[in-house]
Amino acid sequence: MLLNFTVRRWLMLAPALAVIGVLFAGGLALAAAQSLGYFAPTGENALTLRHYVSLVDDREIYASLWLTLKLATAATMISAVAGSALALGLREVARRSRTINLLLQIPLSVPHLAMAGALITVIAPSGLLARGAYALGFIQQPADFPAFINDRYGAGIVLSYVLKEAPFIALMTLALLARLGDEYEQAARVLGASAWQRFRHVTLPLVAPAVVSSSLMVFAFIFGAFEVPFILGRPFPAMLSVVAQQRYLDVNLAVRPGAIALAVVSALVTAALAWAYMRLTRALIGLERPFVL
Amino acid sequence: MKNPTPTKVLEALAIIAITGLTATPLALLAARSLAQSWYWPSLTPQVWSVRAWKYVFSPTADVLPALATSLSVAMVVTLFAVIVALPAARVLAWEEFRAKRAVIFALLLPVLTPPLAATMGVHALFLRYGLTDTLIGVALSHLTLTVPYATLMLTGSFSRLDPDYEAQARTLGAKTIDVWRSVTFPAIAPGLAVAASFAFLISWSQYLTTLLIGGARIVTLPLTLVAFQWGRR
Repeated sequence: MLLNFTVRRWLMLAPALAVIGVLFAGGLALAAAQSLGYFAPTGENALTLRHYVSLVDDREIYASLWLTLKLATAATMISAVAGSALALGLREVARRSRTINLLLQIPLSVPHLAMAGALITVIAPSGLLARGAYALGFIQQPADFPAFINDRYGAGIVLSYVLKEAPFIALMTLALLARLGDEYEQAARVLGASAWQRFRHVTLPLVAPAVVSSSLMVFAFIFGAFEVPFILGRPFPAMLSVVAQQRYLDVNLAVRPGAIALAVVSALVTAALAWAYMRLTRALIGLERPFVL
Repeated sequence: MKNPTPTKVLEALAIIAITGLTATPLALLAARSLAQSWYWPSLTPQVWSVRAWKYVFSPTADVLPALATSLSVAMVVTLFAVIVALPAARVLAWEEFRAKRAVIFALLLPVLTPPLAATMGVHALFLRYGLTDTLIGVALSHLTLTVPYATLMLTGSFSRLDPDYEAQARTLGAKTIDVWRSVTFPAIAPGLAVAASFAFLISWSQYLTTLLIGGARIVTLPLTLVAFQWGRR
């Protein structure tokens, strides 16, 4: 029996759409409802904006939001530049051997928790770098070493993410480059384009979809990430997810809807920034389809 | 005649840099696990010992049960992520239809916004149906985070395979199962492996989702790791 093509198509999409629809969109909707006063753990069940209003009055939230924005932007930008530079620089090597791809997969396969823990052994005040600085006579004691952990600027957090995400962006870019080949660049060369012109008008637009879409994922991931700031960050101001998690698991259940409101705000901010970013890349490099798909 | 060109030197430097940056912290972590005492400012440990490793594998550390839980959750999640992603990826790679962009956007939603809010909502949902503090609940919450990546990667694999190959095999009389076994599967196998390992790793490294949905009852390795760090620091 021949199934109608349209029916068949939607049947094949159904499992994936069901998982995301129920467990993600459904979860988000339920979270939004809870943040607006419905299904409260304290038994209340009526529309209220007070959980959002209390966020507006909360100075800790402003500090957290600002820190989260700063660190996510810095880590994403560094990862995008380093990752695409790696991909473009290693393109020839990657074509000849699989070694580069395997090397780049090592950091990808290390869980964030382990990466953060490993980084502590290097950048902590008594870590390898500090000991090296002592051996070379730069510092006298651990306290002289600049703080990279639980520090004001979140340097350890940014470094930890860059080590994980730059290889991710590089791999996505290399995969796209491998699929495209170098015919376009050859054609441009034959037609007399300079190295800069080839880069600006051929290579850059070609790799842009991979870099834009993967950095978008990286930004959303870091904006909502928990593990690394939990281990390498300061208790105040902490990144948004850390604050939301702490309040959500507070023994006082009345705090919970406020924590959910915070998580919803975080999701909305990311969505807005993702939209702005896509707009920006469209304006800058004329990118219509940001996704590799 | 081939002299080392500047590009070659750059390549070598890049390879050394990647290896150094990623291998150093990991090697040092391994060294520290074998050091019983390693006081400032020595560059090498004073006393090496396998004490920490013996402890990790002893029953009191509770690491082995956590390892088993992590492995079983990650394997179930990987299996289901691939099963769910395969048909969707096939459609997204080979077919054009009006709602395609919307479907792609919907499936990528968990990757484009932080999943914490959704996890909190799912927590409330699971509380109602008794799925919190259960392996199934934890696996379901991980599934949401793995399906987008698996679909994305498998769509890439399918789009590199010409659907006509399947049609040709069928014209030549191959049954559906034979087409899958000798045409489709070999072509998408590398992508399938990448998608599966990605799904496994996402589930394997999950901390917050497991903590919220598993309520510290379902203890995976990341939870044990954090407990260790807190205990020692």
